[in-house]
Amino acid sequence: MPTTKQISWIKGAVFVAALIPLARMAYLTLTGQLVDPLEFITRGTGDWTLYFLTITLAVTPLRKLSGWNWLIKLRRMVGLYTFFYGFLHFMTFLWFDHFFDLAEMWKDVLKRPFITVGLIAFVLLIPLALTSTNGMIKRLGGKRWQWLHRLIYVIAPLALLHFWWMKAGKHNFNQPILFIVIIGTLLLMRVWWATRKAAQ
Amino acid sequence: AKLAAKLNPAYSVLDKQTPYKDATTYNNFYEFGTDKSEPAMYAGTLKTRPWTIAIEGEVRKPMTLDIDALLKLAPMEERVYRLRCVEGWSMVIPWIGYSLSELIKKVEPTGNAKYVEFVSLADKKQMPGVGSRVLQWPYTEGLRIDEANHPLALLAFGMYGEVLPNQNGAPVRMVLPWKYGFKSAKSIVKIRFVKDQPRTSWNLSAANEYGFYSNVNPDVDHPRWSQASERRIGEDGFLSRKRKTLMFNGYNDVAPLYAGMDLKKFY
Repeated sequence: MPTTKQISWIKGAVFVAALIPLARMAYLTLTGQLVDPLEFITRGTGDWTLYFLTITLAVTPLRKLSGWNWLIKLRRMVGLYTFFYGFLHFMTFLWFDHFFDLAEMWKDVLKRPFITVGLIAFVLLIPLALTSTNGMIKRLGGKRWQWLHRLIYVIAPLALLHFWWMKAGKHNFNQPILFIVIIGTLLLMRVWWATRKAAQ
Repeated sequence: AKLAAKLNPAYSVLDKQTPYKDATTYNNFYEFGTDKSEPAMYAGTLKTRPWTIAIEGEVRKPMTLDIDALLKLAPMEERVYRLRCVEGWSMVIPWIGYSLSELIKKVEPTGNAKYVEFVSLADKKQMPGVGSRVLQWPYTEGLRIDEANHPLALLAFGMYGEVLPNQNGAPVRMVLPWKYGFKSAKSIVKIRFVKDQPRTSWNLSAANEYGFYSNVNPDVDHPRWSQASERRIGEDGFLSRKRKTLMFNGYNDVAPLYAGMDLKKFY
């Protein structure tokens, strides 16, 4: 187990590392190296939302398998980065795609299930981000807080469905399948542990 | 290599031309990979000479023409066309070629020739993307015969004053400026005149998303996004709204081809 000081170093490193994708997107855009920066940013922010969601869901299984209980101290930050990149992804849609034309955006959301599902997943992330502070955990009480945060088990399949439909047009299912397998495994491990616990 | 041509102002738009670099590094050419940067990286392996196009089917004079014969078949024209991709972006490209109708005249289609089918090269050795399950190979496209005979339908050999770069469909491709980009077959090896509407690669892959006609139409949405507006590559950035997409990409000359047709049904 790392010392408290080491953990704050690790946290700092993760915090900075998690900003690298954003810095890279900003750098490539500002230096004019992208033919279609808007598409690149839309894809990039979406991809990183999914990556952080996957990492967030991996913390508990990894902790249980390795016995590194200190990993839990990183989970809040990774979870908040999921929200952060999801927020950037949503803003890209609202700004670049619709130029803040809310009526147009709403039409798109209602008409296209692929967008509807993505938006629901993002909206469900908001309460999780808002209740991520120690103060909110105390106010809600651990049990209720935990129940609320199980929303992630709804969010993850919605995010995967959004990703699947996005790739469906080009029959490019390799990546969606990969993430379904990874996230599916992470969720099934929880089911397995829960049933074992119930049996005891 | 340079390719000489005389500008045809009647078929040229005045829109600002897309930078050469953008038009040659941002391509959909799945034979070389599905990522838009991949054709520029991997199309170097394509051998564009010797090259022949076999013209067959419902014609009185079936023939196989090699690329040099094709280059000399009619005077080369430069035409600056708008290009609208079904994905919602657009470019403006100075193509070099001549109307496909010049070639059609030569082979004398019979009365049974109702449609024209274009077949692209599908050679795994030269094209690393062939074999992926994204599309059925070879890439196949098609037009109704009257569409193929429309003077705007360009058989192109060059762009920006030069022969086509491999990633843009060398050595010979179609350019149909009033249709979404994927309708314009690249690296063509066969043109068939047929009686029945040909199956096309994208239509086979997702019929509800890609119709046979695929005319640019701001009123008919793609199932996953609106086609009402577009981003002009190299121009439309962060601080502007996307621009409105024009019916037939602004090429209203073609409207009579579709008189009386329900374009929502025949998308």
